[in-house]
Amino acid sequence: MARVVVDVMLKPEILDPQGKAVHGALPRLGFDGVVGVRQGKRFELELDGAVTPERLEQVRAMAATLLSNPVIEDFSVRIDGEPEA
Amino acid sequence: MRVGVVTFPGSLDDVDAARAIRAAGREAVPLWHGDHDLRGVDAVVLPGGFSYGDYLRCGAIARFAPVMTEVLAAAREGMPVLGICNGFQILCEAHLLPGALVRNHRQRFVCRDQRVRVDNSSTAWTAAYGDGQEIVLPLKNGEGGYVADKTTLDRLEGDGQVVARYLGGNPNGSLRDIAGICNGAGTVVGLMPHPEHAVDALCGPGTDGLGFFASLSGRVAQPAATSVTASRASTSPTP
Repeated sequence: MARVVVDVMLKPEILDPQGKAVHGALPRLGFDGVVGVRQGKRFELELDGAVTPERLEQVRAMAATLLSNPVIEDFSVRIDGEPEA
Repeated sequence: MRVGVVTFPGSLDDVDAARAIRAAGREAVPLWHGDHDLRGVDAVVLPGGFSYGDYLRCGAIARFAPVMTEVLAAAREGMPVLGICNGFQILCEAHLLPGALVRNHRQRFVCRDQRVRVDNSSTAWTAAYGDGQEIVLPLKNGEGGYVADKTTLDRLEGDGQVVARYLGGNPNGSLRDIAGICNGAGTVVGLMPHPEHAVDALCGPGTDGLGFFASLSGRVAQPAATSVTASRASTSPTP
């Protein structure tokens, strides 16, 4: 078993009202010094067997097809426990 | 003329869409998301609602429903398809229309009667209107902000693919006040406001929406390049 993590974020140029709402709430709770918040999604995919380059390529295809919408979002793929691939 | 209305899990406005189709004198045919079957319809409406609970992204999962394989194939052959609200989101997710719909800029769900201007009355779904005609349609969405990159927006404007624009203030942050767009052939239209809720003065702001369903001509399944001309040549009477 191996776990692959896909992070999906709105592209920088796309307005993120949810992130803005969170950003607006922080000072009200007494948390200062945050100049921006962007909200994204994290997917954890459990794979059977080892993570091979082919499997990683397959996960990238999943991310580009279903997990993210390339028109408005970017994604990154990494094996859990390892730095970003 | 037979017009299909797809029901996905979480569709809300499929019954109203069918009623609007009948009010315009067409036959409404229910289509099921799980079937690989369009039941011989001449056009398809993807209705509003929250297909698959809006999980992942609005329309992202509905796009891969079995019936959508058939809808996409038929649309590419020139069959008229109208996506309303969630249907518009599905058409963008399916890349049948460019751009995407994101959360409203002020984080609020919008529900109001909205003034809209029809900017392109030569599509398969707007032939009953005049260019520049102002109409009032109900608008109700949480993720109705239309976005696309500048090149795409310029191309849409240049090619007359902006079908409708919001008037009297932008309700959801849509770039360039865009309320609806179409594909290059004018057969596939995505619209955020709801014409199917404006077909009876008793339970809507008026009957301004009827034109979308009355516009459909009997001519269908034209090769994509000639569809706009075909719908122009056989304009239906204004309701």
